[in-house]
Amino acid sequence: MLEIRNLACTRGDHLLFSDLSFSLSAGELLQVQGENGKGKTSLLRTLCGFIVPAAGEIRWRGQNIGELDEEYYAEMVYLGHLNALKDELNALENLHISAGLAGWAVDDRQAIAALRHMGLRGRETLPVKVLSQGQRRRVALARLLVCNAPLWILDEPLTALDVGAVGLMQELIGEHLAKDGMVIFTTHQPLEVAGVELRRLTLA
Amino acid sequence: MNKLSLFGLLRLVIGRDLMLAMRRRADVLTTLIFFVMVVSLFPLGVGPELDMLRKMAPGVVWVAALLSSMLSLGRMFSADYLDGTLEQMLLAPQSLSVLVLGKILAHWMLSGLPLVLMAPVLGLQFDMPVQALWVLIASLLLGTPVLSMIGAVGAALTLGLRGGGVLVSLLVLPLCIPVLIFGTGAVEAVSSGMSAVSHLSLLGALLLLALVLTPWVTAQALRISME
Repeated sequence: MLEIRNLACTRGDHLLFSDLSFSLSAGELLQVQGENGKGKTSLLRTLCGFIVPAAGEIRWRGQNIGELDEEYYAEMVYLGHLNALKDELNALENLHISAGLAGWAVDDRQAIAALRHMGLRGRETLPVKVLSQGQRRRVALARLLVCNAPLWILDEPLTALDVGAVGLMQELIGEHLAKDGMVIFTTHQPLEVAGVELRRLTLA
Repeated sequence: MNKLSLFGLLRLVIGRDLMLAMRRRADVLTTLIFFVMVVSLFPLGVGPELDMLRKMAPGVVWVAALLSSMLSLGRMFSADYLDGTLEQMLLAPQSLSVLVLGKILAHWMLSGLPLVLMAPVLGLQFDMPVQALWVLIASLLLGTPVLSMIGAVGAALTLGLRGGGVLVSLLVLPLCIPVLIFGTGAVEAVSSGMSAVSHLSLLGALLLLALVLTPWVTAQALRISME
């Protein structure tokens, strides 16, 4: 499904990685590992098409993502370091907007259900600026529940999450993989998904 | 969960920007108050000679509109850039140009449209005849969207740069000169008894040209800024 061939990435004059090849098919979970500054985020951003690779290509269902463009974006969700939330809006409005930008029209019932599933019962209509860092992250993660996209690209999804939320994320990833989804993520915390073999890609 | 149409996405982006502006009204009001202040200072500074005031009215209103539209340009993309929303916009499964067009339209509704509505009141301070006031409104209605569109290109190009606010004015102001010339030209033509149609048509042509080109150019500039 997702195929990476001989990928190289440079930031400035610095070569982060080169000759990177791997593929990911339905139901697979891939963790990108590496020390700080080894290019984990750059790799994920390259997979999103933000960074044009210095060499190599990224193929989705056999076609280059540069050519697919919007068709590829319709099938993926990216969650970066930044939550993409507006402080002035409440959790519900934020979720409507982030789902909309990802191409999905969500009604209030679905959005509230997603927020409650993420443990935000009673916080749905509070402005995001009064929520804690962990709660904001939960609002951002709720996007995964309302977007029906097979490929999840998650950059440090567990930042600021408590133990309960980490468990919830493991469950969510497990359910997504069971539905033939694909997940690529980076994390410095241990993340175990029951019944799924975790593949590791180490950038050195 | 249904797919969102192109039109739905456009509505979402415009609705979002308007909602955000309503939650922080001070930003919108600053632009409008700046415009009113600058225009109102001229009669005080120049003196109450009606002949002179009538003559300079279109120029003053237009220059003030140009400057006040610069004020809000810096905010056009920077908030979305800082909180990561812009990343998500780039990943939207629709054309980025359409998203950008939505942001431009929202920007115009918040910074251009209030100026158009205020202009006739300010024109009265300069003793402008009614006919000239109508032409002033028409020229602003055609011209201010162009200012937002050209401004969007500048804002996207200077995204993430330090001192981007000043740089964007330096980039954008020279490009806005044609709008200024035809905008004031239309009002002057009607004041001197000629028809304003030619000037307004040229403004309309500029508007159409900008409508076709600037969303696309802005989208490309945003992609470069995100790299």
